Amino acid sequence: MIDVMGTLRRSWAQLIAHIDFPLLFITLAIMTIGLATVHSATFDGNQRLFSQAGNLGVAMLCMWFVSRLPPQKLMGFAIPLYVLGVILLIGVFFFGVTVNGARRWLSLGFTRIQPSEMMKIAMPLMLAWYFQTYEATLKFKHYVVATLLLLVPFAMIAKQPDLGTALLVGSVGFYVIFFAGLPWKVIGGLIAIGAGSAPLLWTMMHDYQKKRILTLIDPTTDPLGSGYHIIQATIAIGSGGAIGKGYLNGTQTHLEFIPEKHTDFIFAVFSEEWGLLGNTLLLFLYTLLIGRGLMIASAAPTLFSRLLAGAITLGFFTYAFINMGMVSGILPVVGVPLPFMSYGGTALVTLFIGIGILMSIHTHRMLVKK
Amino acid sequence: MGDFHNPEADLDRFRFRSGFAAIAVLLAFGLLLGRFIWLQVVQHDFYQTRAEDNRIALIPIVPNRGVITDRNGTVLARNYSAFTLEITPSRVADLEATIDILAGIIDIQPKDRKRFKRLMDEAKNFESIPIRTRLTDAEVAKFAAQRYRFPGIEVKARLFRQYPLATVASHAIGYIGRITDRDLTWIEEAEKQATYKGTDHIGKTGLEQRYEFELHGETGYEEVEIDAGGHALRSLKRIPPVSGNNLALTLDAKLQEITEQAFGDRKGALVAIEPSTGGILALVSNPTYDPNLFVDGITPDNWKELNEHPSKPMVNRAINGAYPPGSTFKPFMALAALEMGKRTPSQAISDPGYYNFGNHQFRDDKKGGHGSVDMYKSIVQSCDTYYYMLANDMGIDNISKFMGQLGLGQRTGIDLGKDEFGESKGVLPSQEWKRQRFKKPEQQKWYAGETISIGIGQGYNAYTPIQLAQATATIANNGVMFRPHIVHHIIDTKTGEKRLVEPQPIRDLHLKPQNIEVIRRAMVGVNKEGTGARAFAGAPYEAAGKTGTAQVYSLKGGQYKEGGIKKELRDHALFIAYAPADNPKIALAVLVENGGFGAQSAAPIARMVIDYYLLGKLPAGAAPEDSSAIEEEGEE
Repeated sequence: MIDVMGTLRRSWAQLIAHIDFPLLFITLAIMTIGLATVHSATFDGNQRLFSQAGNLGVAMLCMWFVSRLPPQKLMGFAIPLYVLGVILLIGVFFFGVTVNGARRWLSLGFTRIQPSEMMKIAMPLMLAWYFQTYEATLKFKHYVVATLLLLVPFAMIAKQPDLGTALLVGSVGFYVIFFAGLPWKVIGGLIAIGAGSAPLLWTMMHDYQKKRILTLIDPTTDPLGSGYHIIQATIAIGSGGAIGKGYLNGTQTHLEFIPEKHTDFIFAVFSEEWGLLGNTLLLFLYTLLIGRGLMIASAAPTLFSRLLAGAITLGFFTYAFINMGMVSGILPVVGVPLPFMSYGGTALVTLFIGIGILMSIHTHRMLVKK
Repeated sequence: MGDFHNPEADLDRFRFRSGFAAIAVLLAFGLLLGRFIWLQVVQHDFYQTRAEDNRIALIPIVPNRGVITDRNGTVLARNYSAFTLEITPSRVADLEATIDILAGIIDIQPKDRKRFKRLMDEAKNFESIPIRTRLTDAEVAKFAAQRYRFPGIEVKARLFRQYPLATVASHAIGYIGRITDRDLTWIEEAEKQATYKGTDHIGKTGLEQRYEFELHGETGYEEVEIDAGGHALRSLKRIPPVSGNNLALTLDAKLQEITEQAFGDRKGALVAIEPSTGGILALVSNPTYDPNLFVDGITPDNWKELNEHPSKPMVNRAINGAYPPGSTFKPFMALAALEMGKRTPSQAISDPGYYNFGNHQFRDDKKGGHGSVDMYKSIVQSCDTYYYMLANDMGIDNISKFMGQLGLGQRTGIDLGKDEFGESKGVLPSQEWKRQRFKKPEQQKWYAGETISIGIGQGYNAYTPIQLAQATATIANNGVMFRPHIVHHIIDTKTGEKRLVEPQPIRDLHLKPQNIEVIRRAMVGVNKEGTGARAFAGAPYEAAGKTGTAQVYSLKGGQYKEGGIKKELRDHALFIAYAPADNPKIALAVLVENGGFGAQSAAPIARMVIDYYLLGKLPAGAAPEDSSAIEEEGEE
């Protein structure tokens, strides 16, 4: 009897051996808020809530599985995943399915896959592997090669067009290069070039593209057109006030003024019902998540795991910042979901694989040293 | 970077950069927090009021699309109202299951599901998408009784476009279809987004596309107070929509229909123009298609059939088909010779039946030749040798310059399609054209021998039927050329005012009246004693005309024998005409693909059109194809 208990305890310990509890608790806290908000956003039926809960289950299973793979094994996935990703992106380019005017999907007959989603993981994995491989002999040319490895998939995703995913993949890749020690001079130069070419870019844009940017500055110039989303989302946030209208009481949400309210604009729903108080809590949770991630990165024993952990962590930040920025009207509207909040299975699985990688890096660090 | 690797320094650098990133993250989140404070504390009252106001919803009311009528008021495009059953996908959790349940109440066919799927892929997900169109009253009632079971599904009254004459003039009228992303860009560039809120169809081709922003009208709004569930409580204010403007065409639907019937199952095109205004009387491209198929979203099967059919019904041959003009080019060549002083009317050549240039022999179709040939005879009998010589004497650039003035090889600017680029340019050969057309230097050079066959409308020459009709109309109108147009006037529904589409003279060629008279006499001769005589036998008016045959298949020195050649390799038949010769009311160009000789299949169609237009009746015993005309034809 005692032996049975002991065996159970040991197997349980074995099962949770690679779970990092601080990370798990922070993530689940955000997920709880997310599920509650999905429920509020899709009040007329519980379908989405259940479906998202199911997604969460699958995603956590993926996280658990990935967390058990030691970083050396993860490194082995770098090239195959990256090459497969690029091939699939080429496939999308030629044979992709067009949905909502963008060619992002590849039909496999029984289901559709979105290769750009895979790139969110494959990209930092590849670049981290690359820098690890040349760790001892790192020269400037390696940064150039890494940049090329980054730009090719980036351009292909941007061309689909899927600006949101392209931005995420691009920024995650950039973070690897940044953490790998891209010289400050180069970073400064890039910023200077970016700022310098902005007026040129402006003259090259179509009128309607210019209009989108002008709409951001003053959405009221086009209240029935593209400014509509921003205006309605801003009204939702602003009318939420300091403590919010209360759970399930958001008028903007329930009168259908907020577009895509359970996906990209879910923050408007949350913000309307929970106010500044809720927003502060959410920002705090994201800060904890990022803080824990950077801690894990700093404690990681190898260059590969350090770069990977750092880039994935800042990836979460990019998601969160762009999404809340666009919904609150300080960034242009690009399709980026709010991590652990927005409805959607694919994105959730990717996010939790990211968490799983962080856990793997953290829980395997001692093993590597020994 | 040092020359040697130092892991400790690397780790320090990483930690420094992590710290830097952490500060950046805090700053960025600080910025967001600042924004939230601004919106939720500082400006809270303002947004609170806005949210209250949001209990009033603006519902767009789609305007009636303008009606299109022909010159006699016959309706060519109109609207009717019908009920559709629509689903808003973002509000329905399990679409498949819901549609299955729905199918138990209302008849939903697999093709309805297919179309729904396709539309859903194209649409934004907060739009409602029809699963069934044209519900019967019984179906509407049935659904209404059970609608509480189907959140996100509703019956809507929508206007549908209808083309009562179906296939008649479809290439001119065009059709409308659901708005795609490309159309959205068009709407955005025209800054019409607000007007298109609620609209889901737009002109795709023809007049429907060119006059889209006239036909569409202005969207109205209804201000509705809604309850917390989003249901409309009462209407507060209604700004009615303004219907689209109506188009009245220069086109004569009856003439158009008769012409299309005359073509039967032969491929080809006809353009008939009023010479004094440029107004299009008939614009035929055969075969045609039924534009009604496109209104609800064409089924993939229909689309495939129309697009892949070997006779290409979707191509508007009248403005997009470029064909060699064959002998219909001769009157224009003769006019050019007169205007440039290269020939006088009475100057005669002696035709042995061939023309030698270098070591190549260009042959006349008539063995032994036409004997002594002056300008009149050269047109009436369609003598090739005369034009071989003339072309050589004039040179390619002189020919090109004059024909360009007549509008050949230029876009006419007809009011069809989205913009002028919907129309083909054709090919007006010149030295410059060849330089630009070819890449290899040896191909870029113009050879004098190439000019010879240009003279009889062969070689690189390729013009659209509308260009030939316009050139014919221009000589009929004494050298004043008008831009061809199909819309006669636009009726502004707001003011009731008629806006006339003013005939636009493009240019006056300042042709000498005596020269035009020479050509006119010769073209009248064609229909009296020449190649068009059989087709115009017994006509109570004088018609000027010219037959033409354009080679599709090049016979290297062999004799052209009709029976021995496959149908798709038979020559194209052409005919240009205007009538009455002394006071032209109609000018036209006919092309019958693989029709053989011009006199055989193109001229009889021209006769029917002119008879019907001038006399209001068809010629007695009009034969669509006159096979006995073959022997009398003396061309090529």
